[in-house]
Amino acid sequence: MNQNPDHDELSIGIAAPVVPNSRPSQVTSYRRPYPGTQPEYLHSPYVSSIERAPKQPLIKLPHTLTEVTGPAFAPALVSPKTADLTRQNGREAIGERITVSGRVLDENGKPVRNTLVEVWQANACGRYLHKRDQHDAPLDPNFTGQGRVMTDDYGAYKFLTIKPGSYPWRNHYNAWRPAHIHFSLLGPAFATRLVTQMYFPGDPLLPFDPIFNCTADDKARNRLISQFDWETVLPEYALAYKFDIILRGSDETPFEVQR
Amino acid sequence: MSLQATTWQTVGPYFRIGLEYLNTTDLAPAGTPGEPVTVEGQILDGNGKPISDALIEIWQANASGEYGGTVDNPVDGAATVFSGFGRVPTDDEGRFSFSTIQPGPVAGPSGAMQSPHLAIRLTMRGLLRGLSTRMYFPAETLNSDPILQLVPEQRRATLIATQKPGTPATLQWNIEMQGERETVFFDC
Repeated sequence: MNQNPDHDELSIGIAAPVVPNSRPSQVTSYRRPYPGTQPEYLHSPYVSSIERAPKQPLIKLPHTLTEVTGPAFAPALVSPKTADLTRQNGREAIGERITVSGRVLDENGKPVRNTLVEVWQANACGRYLHKRDQHDAPLDPNFTGQGRVMTDDYGAYKFLTIKPGSYPWRNHYNAWRPAHIHFSLLGPAFATRLVTQMYFPGDPLLPFDPIFNCTADDKARNRLISQFDWETVLPEYALAYKFDIILRGSDETPFEVQR
Repeated sequence: MSLQATTWQTVGPYFRIGLEYLNTTDLAPAGTPGEPVTVEGQILDGNGKPISDALIEIWQANASGEYGGTVDNPVDGAATVFSGFGRVPTDDEGRFSFSTIQPGPVAGPSGAMQSPHLAIRLTMRGLLRGLSTRMYFPAETLNSDPILQLVPEQRRATLIATQKPGTPATLQWNIEMQGERETVFFDC
């Protein structure tokens, strides 16, 4: 389970309402982040941020129809095959099989239904199937590292995959990324977009990783670490990790945005 | 009850593995009502160097100014239905290009209409959290746009695409992460 004790008490709520175009000035805004729970753009230990982080202050945008709406995704984008990264071309990938499952909720505790969850990762040896990854570790011809699923009516999702390996990168001397799986979620609105990384409990590289450590709030940071989940282990087949994801929630009361 | 939104992490350099199946070079299939337009641009870092591992995502209204639609598998990068959503990575020279239709005006705060625009979400290696910006279409309604009014006047041009000389239906719009012409990004 996630560290947040509230998670045990969740009831099934109602999905975020579609904002009708016919009531133009009334939109329900999404909440702004709690201080320290999202990374700053400039985090100099992560060297790539130095030339890419904006230097001017961001301009606060009142949420309009543009921000509170977002696309739906066709069921045909996912299949049982896209949820199983261990045998995408019919032959078994090498490595430790694991399941990764959890729920996608909003900040109000409501399940985010029928939302697309996209993942990508390195193989068991810490190598990505990508032309720019030149790490001297073997590629696995039976592992692409690409997967996607749609959440169900409870906001639940599940993948079967291979536990990714750690790999070196050139950010600083002897830099190694802790094992991680990249997650991308669209959520119900353009304002709820989230890209994040899921880590594994007990990884000795976590304290040294500038990307994991870019978020000031340690509780928020530690929620990126999945939990080993005995309950969902597949006996004699695969170990299991649980990773719940929280998307921004709408402010409950609609209000008129002031200029 | 209140939970806290999951913290962002960078998309990293290898996002194409997981995301490129939805890459969209053409958002509007033939027959989509509206004026066709191609948008071309380049994304530059603080040294003016092209960023070859960036991804933009587009969200736009249809020609009537309405949002909503369902994303399905593109065929060779072309959407089979107009959803208003597109996903476009930069190439080795940091360039991007996509075709769509010009959106209609959309209602804004306090009932003031917003000038036609694309919402843009930007992610890349080096960005620990995605950025939001907008691309506006050249239009006479720009001066009354309620969101552009929030932007200091001298920076507004960074949000407005320009006509490509000699190519009527093509607009140019660059994204600069830093420097004198740093693109306006929104706390969204």
